[in-house]
Amino acid sequence: MSSTDTKPSTAVLDHDKVADQASTYVAQFERNETPIQRFKKFLHHYPIAAPLIVLLLAVISFSVIVGDRFLHPFNLSLILQQVTIIGVIGVAQTLIILTAGIDLSVGAIMVLTSVVMGRMAVNHGIDPSLSILIGIGVGALAGFINGLLITRLKIPPFIATLGSWNVFFALNLWYSKSETIRSQDISNIAPLLQWTGQTIDFFGARLTYGSLLMLGIFFLIWYALNWTAWGRHVYATGDDPEAAKLAGIRTNRILMSVYVLAGVVCAIGAWVLIGRIGSVSPQAGTMTNLDSITAVVIGGCSLFGGRGSIYGTLIGALVVGVFRNGLALAGVDVLWQEFTVGILIISAVAIDQWIRRGTA
Amino acid sequence: MTAHYDKTPVLQTKNLVKRYGSVTAIDHADFELYPGEILAVIGDNGAGKSSLIKALSGALIPDEGEILLDGKPVHFASPMEARALGIETVYQNLAVSPALNIADNLYLGRELRKPGILGSVFRMLDKKEMERRAQAKMTELGLMTIQNISQAVESLSGGQRQGVAVARSALFGSKVVIMDEPTAALGVKESRRVLNLIKEVRDRGLPIILISHNMPHVFEVADRIHIHRLGKRAAIVTPQSHSMSDAVAIMTGAMDVKTSNEAA
Repeated sequence: MSSTDTKPSTAVLDHDKVADQASTYVAQFERNETPIQRFKKFLHHYPIAAPLIVLLLAVISFSVIVGDRFLHPFNLSLILQQVTIIGVIGVAQTLIILTAGIDLSVGAIMVLTSVVMGRMAVNHGIDPSLSILIGIGVGALAGFINGLLITRLKIPPFIATLGSWNVFFALNLWYSKSETIRSQDISNIAPLLQWTGQTIDFFGARLTYGSLLMLGIFFLIWYALNWTAWGRHVYATGDDPEAAKLAGIRTNRILMSVYVLAGVVCAIGAWVLIGRIGSVSPQAGTMTNLDSITAVVIGGCSLFGGRGSIYGTLIGALVVGVFRNGLALAGVDVLWQEFTVGILIISAVAIDQWIRRGTA
Repeated sequence: MTAHYDKTPVLQTKNLVKRYGSVTAIDHADFELYPGEILAVIGDNGAGKSSLIKALSGALIPDEGEILLDGKPVHFASPMEARALGIETVYQNLAVSPALNIADNLYLGRELRKPGILGSVFRMLDKKEMERRAQAKMTELGLMTIQNISQAVESLSGGQRQGVAVARSALFGSKVVIMDEPTAALGVKESRRVLNLIKEVRDRGLPIILISHNMPHVFEVADRIHIHRLGKRAAIVTPQSHSMSDAVAIMTGAMDVKTSNEAA
């Protein structure tokens, strides 16, 4: 917009006239940037770049340190299997973190729904496919309860899901009677529940249906977030809820839909979990909560909402998987794997802060 | 460009009343906005001008009186309903999402979907068409000198963000655009651009209600000035018939209203 295109009317004051002759630059930028500044700008412009670089560096380092064993298709598909559960639950967590929330109950929803699926099919003799659907329904209900606590009772997501985490976990222990459903019983009565753990050969790599299911979920949610109005509204709600409301978005409805969808995704994660471990255990997947947050954070999602991408989470989950697997192959003690993941989280957030500072 | 005062007002209120307990925020207020004009609404703090504006934009439901749009009575239960009838409001706090890009912001809440099965079944957004129309609107309003339409709004200056908000109202407002303190948070130069933009929107045929505390800005762009005092219209003046100090005098009650009432 040029400042001379409209002649000011008669009432223009002198001090405003002077402004018309002012420099037309709104802001000028120093062009002689250092390479570090340019790199910082690049990272700011492509938020996916940082986790991707870390992933590539990790893959290169481990293939040098560990050798061919690491890059073997079998090992790479093993990494994919290992990150499948975190990946699926990470999708649910990403949706919620994009709305500036956090869900501490994702792991509990997953375990609860896996127990529901297992007991329905094995103990109550319900058709396995129907059992899975019932489990997904329970996941949706759990998400719906979280959504109600957050949108109706206005409880901060951290507290609401901290509470529901304990409630869902207790329900899980009560309903399962703290008993594990044996893998053998499941494969005899309801093999469909273990379908997600079956592998298919893919050029020497062994992919599970669970991994493919995970990739399918990533694709669906990526599509919904980037190519539908609902996705734009999720970002807008997390970015600035007041502005979103003024733009006509019913933010409470968006939040409800996000928590319900997260519950459904967690239930699908439960099916993947059963396939992975074979049995149904009320004690399984206790680390999934924090691991899912780790994947989302390493993937570059902002905990303040509105910024981040779903494929960042996939890369974040892969980074965690590659480090765990590579360190294990290199013969490093498990405790140092945990140590490294901790360093990764802190570095991811520190890099994120560094990128945001001074590059508006 | 010239306003048509002989025609039916685009937006009008008659005897509008809104009470909050014992406080009367709107006290039998009349208001008329004519086609093709910029009508400034000024008033001291507490005069009830924001209640009036809220009633016009659907954010407040009046107790008595009526609101007429093109001469026909209308009732807004929410800002959405007012918006559906072509009344757009540019809010003081802008209502833009910083992390989304310009095109996304222009169409936020009113996204276009692709034609055919992609849009109806797969709910796919027509990003190309939204970007094309956003680009066309921004260019038409003279806003496209530096912006790239897929640039995040947070990378824009305050004036440019205001430009995005104004462009959105011009894109969707078919009847009236209400602007609440559009220059309040801006510097001298940016204010100038936004004022030019307001005139540009008026010249393209959309009447504008401008709420502002900035007298020089009001006197520069307004065709008529509605002065609100004690919950109702105290006077209508024009920048030609009255000086700024007259307007302030009427606003604060220092000048007798009767002598200046027929100015318009």
